[in-house]
Amino acid sequence: MKAIITVVGCDRTGIIAGVSRVLAENDVNIEDISQTVMKNNFTMIMYVDIDESKATIEGLSALLAEEGKKLGVETQIRNAEIFTAMHRL
Amino acid sequence: MLKNSEIIETLDMIGSQHLDVRTITMGINLFDCISDSKTVTADRVYDKITRYAQNLVKTGDAIGTRYGVAVVNKRVSVTPVSLIGAASGGYFEIARALDRAAKATGIDFIGGYSAMVQKGMSKGEEEFINTIPEVLASTDKVCSSVNVASTRAGINMDAVRLVGKVIKKAAYLTRDNDGLGAAKFVAFANAVEDNPFMAGAFHGTGEADKVINVGVSGPGVVKCALEKIDGDLTEVAECIKLTAFKITRLGQLVAREASKMLDANFGIVDLSLAPTPAMGDSVAHVLEEMGLESVGACGTTAALALLNDAVKKGGIMASSHVGGLSGAFIPVSEDIGMINACDKGNLCIEKLEAMTAVCSVGIDMVAIPGDTPEEVVSALIADEAAIGVVNNKTTAVRVIPAYGKTVGDSVEFGGLLGRAPILKISGLSPERFISRGGRIPAPLHSNKN
Repeated sequence: MKAIITVVGCDRTGIIAGVSRVLAENDVNIEDISQTVMKNNFTMIMYVDIDESKATIEGLSALLAEEGKKLGVETQIRNAEIFTAMHRL
Repeated sequence: MLKNSEIIETLDMIGSQHLDVRTITMGINLFDCISDSKTVTADRVYDKITRYAQNLVKTGDAIGTRYGVAVVNKRVSVTPVSLIGAASGGYFEIARALDRAAKATGIDFIGGYSAMVQKGMSKGEEEFINTIPEVLASTDKVCSSVNVASTRAGINMDAVRLVGKVIKKAAYLTRDNDGLGAAKFVAFANAVEDNPFMAGAFHGTGEADKVINVGVSGPGVVKCALEKIDGDLTEVAECIKLTAFKITRLGQLVAREASKMLDANFGIVDLSLAPTPAMGDSVAHVLEEMGLESVGACGTTAALALLNDAVKKGGIMASSHVGGLSGAFIPVSEDIGMINACDKGNLCIEKLEAMTAVCSVGIDMVAIPGDTPEEVVSALIADEAAIGVVNNKTTAVRVIPAYGKTVGDSVEFGGLLGRAPILKISGLSPERFISRGGRIPAPLHSNKN
């Protein structure tokens, strides 16, 4: 399953490192990363593939939320289908 | 590859514009529960619902996590109980079984304590309708509806008269809770059989054994999209269409996934702009964004007609099956913009009635003085039914006669049901008109064959 991880919050050192570590530990492959600033917030968007992961998307969601808390950012993972459904015919 | 701007747009819709899946409603056919014993029927009803819906809440929550969008309500609708209980007469027993099953499965509401009497009532159906007030007062989760009219059949004025009494009694029996019983009851014209929204959901007789219907919402998303538009009303309509398309695609995705996970037929996606009392989730504010000083102003009906139509047009292509009520809801107590307009005297019941000619439902969650005579309630239902019957659309009445309260007061239900300022209703008597009974014939244009 392809998923999209979004990280929103104040910019600081170690956000990518922290999130990437959680993903690596759970065999989630990062396919693309981009960053932007949305309403003065640091926003990172990651495209990932979770087919090889030992964790479910629900499990990853909880792990990422926990990591986000430590980093002071809001972290979410969503099945990429929701975005393609809304923005692609 | 998706653009970042598209991802951010979706995040904004979900994060700050209240886009959610308002309900996943499982329709369950209860015909195989019928028996001539009250307790056997009730036991079968309880067993079937708890078996079919045991994973409904879990599945709704799992889908919510997977797609990162809230699935606010999980509900069940069942075959009209007037039919299921006809052989045994065990209406109360079935109602209690529904309430217990709803609690056991953890769902929010269960709908289908209903009767379809648009053309005539059997003795059993009359008995059934008379049980409604007590059922609404003595259960927590059960919702009820009666279809009193249709374009093909006309308006059953005997049923209209009876339902006026039912609403008054339901409100009276629950007077300590501001008449909450009446808030769980809807009188319909042209009721639809696949509506996932409460209180009017029931599982039609032509439906499959187990069906998933999904209701999405998003008035806040439409309002935010309109804030960026400065063009004419054609552009406004286009903008609403595009937004409705995106919202419905989300509903389609969720409905497909939920049907698969629950091993049920995919029924329909109901794209209704359903407001909540939360700020930024108001249909009234969408109308005001189009350029009205307040909902209730001249122009409100035209703006609502535009909105309702554009929502349907955007939604139709986004889902393989659009159904239910699909359009814009205008409940007063559940919409902060409508509440404010009523508080300020900008919106009256007559204007609301006009609005119902072009929106997807009717006079919804409107509180009226507790001393309103029952024939006035019946006559209000007759007026709404006439609008539905003549315009070939669904209309509904969900009014709350607030005992001990009058214009200037309000009723407070909290949560999604919100707060309703009590509106003035005409004190002129329709008593003789209502007491005549009989059936208002179907309109000429119903003869289409």
